[in-house]
Amino acid sequence: MPNPSLKVVDVAVEFSGLRALNGVSLTLSPGEIVGLIGPNGSGKTTMINAMTGQVPLAGGQVMLGDKQISGLTPRKIALEGLSRSFQIVRLFNNMTVLDNVESAALAHGCSLRVAREKAQTLLGEFGLSPRADDLGASLSYGDKRRVEIARALAADPAFLLLDEPAAGMNEAETEALLHILAGLPKSRGLGLLIIDHDMSLIMRLCDRLHVLAFGKTIAEGKADEVRRNPAVIEAYLGSEAARA
Amino acid sequence: MTFALQFLIDVLSLGGAYALMALGLVIVYGILKLVNFAYGELIMVAGYTLFLVGGSGLPWLVMAAVAVLMAIVTGIFTDYVAFRPVRAKSVTAVLITSFAFSTLLQNAALLFISPRPRNVPLPAAFSQTVEIAGVITPVRNLITIAAAVVLLGVFAFLMRRTVLGIAMRAAATNFTMARMLGVPANLIISSAFAISGLLAGIVGILWIGRIGTVVPGIGNEPLLVAFIATVIGGMRSLGGAVLGGFLLAFIDTTLNYTLSQELLKFRDAFTFSLVILILLWRPEGLLKGPATGQRT
Repeated sequence: MPNPSLKVVDVAVEFSGLRALNGVSLTLSPGEIVGLIGPNGSGKTTMINAMTGQVPLAGGQVMLGDKQISGLTPRKIALEGLSRSFQIVRLFNNMTVLDNVESAALAHGCSLRVAREKAQTLLGEFGLSPRADDLGASLSYGDKRRVEIARALAADPAFLLLDEPAAGMNEAETEALLHILAGLPKSRGLGLLIIDHDMSLIMRLCDRLHVLAFGKTIAEGKADEVRRNPAVIEAYLGSEAARA
Repeated sequence: MTFALQFLIDVLSLGGAYALMALGLVIVYGILKLVNFAYGELIMVAGYTLFLVGGSGLPWLVMAAVAVLMAIVTGIFTDYVAFRPVRAKSVTAVLITSFAFSTLLQNAALLFISPRPRNVPLPAAFSQTVEIAGVITPVRNLITIAAAVVLLGVFAFLMRRTVLGIAMRAAATNFTMARMLGVPANLIISSAFAISGLLAGIVGILWIGRIGTVVPGIGNEPLLVAFIATVIGGMRSLGGAVLGGFLLAFIDTTLNYTLSQELLKFRDAFTFSLVILILLWRPEGLLKGPATGQRT
């Protein structure tokens, strides 16, 4: 049975009166890759925080199929099948890379043996096997990001939400990451939501784009269409181009 | 040679006890970043339980097991009474509730049992001595060393090779992240308190075995020892607590051997001066854990 879709319906988030998100709706289906883009401060990370229960909603709801998951604790939402990574990597620094990845599988009820096998397989896929016994703190920035994604996957999520997974990676690392991420929807049947500022990565990876500015949706649709949308060029690509 | 062996046995037995005390304190601190000031009372509870079941005629090991069990139950109870209701609110609140719970337990012992020392049943082995290579030493020192080796070994295995251990280490490094991955926070915290109670119970019996009696304030010194050992060893790591325990025992034992009779009364002043020097040199303790030490 295919997983139900993840639906964000008319979600609002407020920080002391300031509307960080204002009536944003988004659907993420199993097997697709959606890019969430927008200028700095447009509410992208807040969107992921809202979906995973890290910030309370001022309005709207998050649905997994027919089940409302907004209002649940982050832990319950994680157990419902939403995994995420962070803009600033949060590894368990004094644990080995293998233990880091294993911990997520264990938290989802795997036995120690199954969790270890799963972690080893994931580390293999991410090319991290040689670092399995190193401490989290000792890794390079790019490696830390990959461990974090591997850890998120160890929970066998139905939906994976990645917050700037390629930040701080060099070109070769980004390329390798792109290759891995592109294969995930097919190999694992999961839906992938990805925030990144690397437009070439986003354009090559994503089926659909969702563009935020000032906490509101300003465009959504196929990557090519969105790229030609004047509002997007104005708000996002325009400002990028102006800076460059 | 004889002297060296004597010294070694003294350091290892005292250090083993100190290390277990410190470990029991730091296992909770590691996860919550909060010091359980009612920790000494777990030792007191073990002592009074031993006293209360003393007349029952049960085999001593059964009585000791009941005492350890009571320390574990009290440990978990501490979590429910002093920590869980205020845990999310503020560090100060938990500081006060854990002190309050400590005072409450001590005063309950004063009121319902007695301010006077009470004898606890101890097996004959605790008062016997043996001779090893010309050194006469109490058997209980060897029991303490053996208990420390076994418990530290089991503990290391538990933390490295079991589901609970991995979850506890994850929670100790980044509590919020662990919860986000789906680690059940309350269960992990209760387990930490239970392990804390187990260590306190066992070390409590060994500690009380040195004097043979229990008083309401019996836990004050172990709490202080555990606290100092974790501070000099490094509060962020379990290994630091063990190292700190043995180092503190090394300092105490060395002072016992070298100070003159008049100065020996002031041994703790010397110990604490050295502790201050160590902390001036390494303010974060000897072992720096990579964890941030902040509440997460």
